[in-house]
Amino acid sequence: MVTLPEAIPETGTVAIRSENLCRHYRMGEALIRAVDGISLEVRAGEFVALLGSSGSGKSSALNLIAGLDRPTSGSVVVQNRDLAKLSREELAKYRLHVVGMVFQSFNLIASMTIAENVELPLRFAEIERGRREDLVREALQRVGLGARMNHRPSELSGGEQQRAALARALINRPQLLLADEPTGNLDSHTGSEIMDLVREFNKQLGMTVVMVTHERALAERYAERMIFLADGKLIDDRANVPGTAHSGPQRGRP
Amino acid sequence: MKIPDLAELALRNLRESLLRNSLTTVGISVGVASLVAMLSLGTGLQQLFSRRLAKSGLFDTVLVSSRRELHGMSREEERNGPSPGASRILDEPARQEIERLPNVAEAYPDIRFITELRYEDKPHMTTIAALPLSAKSNDAFEGMQGSFFSSDTAAEVILQKSFAEELLGKTPPLGAPEPNVGDLAPQLLDKELTMRYAQRVAAPETEPAASHVAADGLAEASYSVVSREQKLKIVGISDLDPESLRGPMRGRVFFPLKLAQSLHVMQPADLREISRAGSDQPVYSSISVRVKNPAQVQGVEDAIKKMSFTTFSILDASHSLQQVFRVLYAFLGIFGSLALTVASIGIVNTLVMAILERRREIGIMKAIGASDADVKKLFFAEAGAMGILGGIVGVVLGWAIGQIINFGTNIYLKRQSLPPEHFWAVPFWLAGFAVVFAFLVSLVSGLYPASRAAKLDPVQALRYE
Repeated sequence: MVTLPEAIPETGTVAIRSENLCRHYRMGEALIRAVDGISLEVRAGEFVALLGSSGSGKSSALNLIAGLDRPTSGSVVVQNRDLAKLSREELAKYRLHVVGMVFQSFNLIASMTIAENVELPLRFAEIERGRREDLVREALQRVGLGARMNHRPSELSGGEQQRAALARALINRPQLLLADEPTGNLDSHTGSEIMDLVREFNKQLGMTVVMVTHERALAERYAERMIFLADGKLIDDRANVPGTAHSGPQRGRP
Repeated sequence: MKIPDLAELALRNLRESLLRNSLTTVGISVGVASLVAMLSLGTGLQQLFSRRLAKSGLFDTVLVSSRRELHGMSREEERNGPSPGASRILDEPARQEIERLPNVAEAYPDIRFITELRYEDKPHMTTIAALPLSAKSNDAFEGMQGSFFSSDTAAEVILQKSFAEELLGKTPPLGAPEPNVGDLAPQLLDKELTMRYAQRVAAPETEPAASHVAADGLAEASYSVVSREQKLKIVGISDLDPESLRGPMRGRVFFPLKLAQSLHVMQPADLREISRAGSDQPVYSSISVRVKNPAQVQGVEDAIKKMSFTTFSILDASHSLQQVFRVLYAFLGIFGSLALTVASIGIVNTLVMAILERRREIGIMKAIGASDADVKKLFFAEAGAMGILGGIVGVVLGWAIGQIINFGTNIYLKRQSLPPEHFWAVPFWLAGFAVVFAFLVSLVSGLYPASRAAKLDPVQALRYE
């Protein structure tokens, strides 16, 4: 397997710091406090799981870290960038170069082949055409899709689509991988394969991983740290030794 | 994003909703086609008129006469022109000088006189005029039966229709339909006319003239007038009148210029330039100057006036004609643009629909790092691509429509036994302009959809299924 040139940040430095982070919005008369005063720190190279039931604010928090959304108040600083203070243009650059994202529903563009989907961030980054082909092939081989480059997403299984999405998230060599329920649409076996890949990126490439999930078992198997959210607030933050925790049917709240 | 990437993605997106985008593009094509059709009709008509005018000789001809002549002067010329005494004699050196002026195509003496032509032993009086070979391209000879002079010295004549009618004794009564020139031709072509004219012959130098030196210093001279005959073959009969400009002095019979000069026919001017009679240099009553381009008539006219001759041309008419065409152009252009305006609304509609449809896709692109500008440019590129494609197809379509209409009209003209015409022209600048214009219109149409797409909130867009 071809390996990507690795850009491992010093482990132990702070990758993400949020202070009293809030995201409120109005829905009709009601004020929804999706994220309500979260303060936390994630060290570079950490594998963190954000846990909580639906509506707990974990996805909203992830969107704030991803620079897809702006906080109502408070701050979120990622790799020394205060996201609230970045312009729209700077936020786009941040998403392009610093963050890689995967989603529950894969979010591949249906009209493009797998290779073209993976290539897309390179186009935005204005990477030269010849080099793009090499990078795309390398990334797809890394996730085991080297033979399916010219297939459209609809011709691929769910697991394969999520692999393609991972290759796309990886292509600009970001320091941060944000995953929003990456196994939510997959059976448990395929889900494990995807999570193994995510762990590989975390360990080999030194990427900081923040994963949103509502499956505690999954978090316990892979994450080094579990943060529990409820009603937009942080309710628990504990270290975890991956794969060692007692596996039980418990979900959501501790 | 770089331009090749933009173009590639835009074309790919256009292919995705092929039917809708094709229809939008067809809409632009029709708009461009109507614009092209309208403007090429305008251009074609203008070219047709310019061609006709250039051929008619009305707008590129300057008539030059000496103030020593009396004909053809308006009151203004009486006041502003040189006084008769100061005016030069219009002789051969003067003609050559005029011919050497810039932008002058040719300057030829105007030889015309009233003569007696006998046909089948019946005499007919008419004005005969000399024509240079270059007059062959004159519009008036377009519908001519027979042929033009075979050479500049051939003893040949071309008859104007009215004189042909007279020769055959077929002059229709006033108001009656004129006979077709094609019916007259077979009876007259290749027949012979005999022209009787007065030749001016220099008197022999033997008589002592030295004792009579004229007061103005000119040597006294004399000439004799001898009656001569010249046989002329009828080679052509023209339907139209090539000399409509000349008024009452216009000729009804034409013969080659060189032949006319060699005959030394006694002309009215000779009476007043008696002293020159014996010299080799002929004196002309007037000279026709053909200018290379109607636009240069004014300059040539001024230059000739400086030589203290009187000039006459029809100039203002061509100026006002250009004015008329400018208005016609604007008018046709506005009508053509209307269809393009409708088409541009089609672009807006298509792109707004595309935003709704591709909302999620826009969200994905933003999530993986596309900036507002990237999204905006992509929609611009799609609009622009539709504009360019529509523009090119439209130019071809407009050209084809023009050809078809031109073809149809020529069938009609043929039925009316008129010569075919080319009144449709798509010049390169028009084709280029149409494509660029379609491109600009489509970009303007893309402004709103593109900025709307760029402003989409990625979180909202990703939630959209």
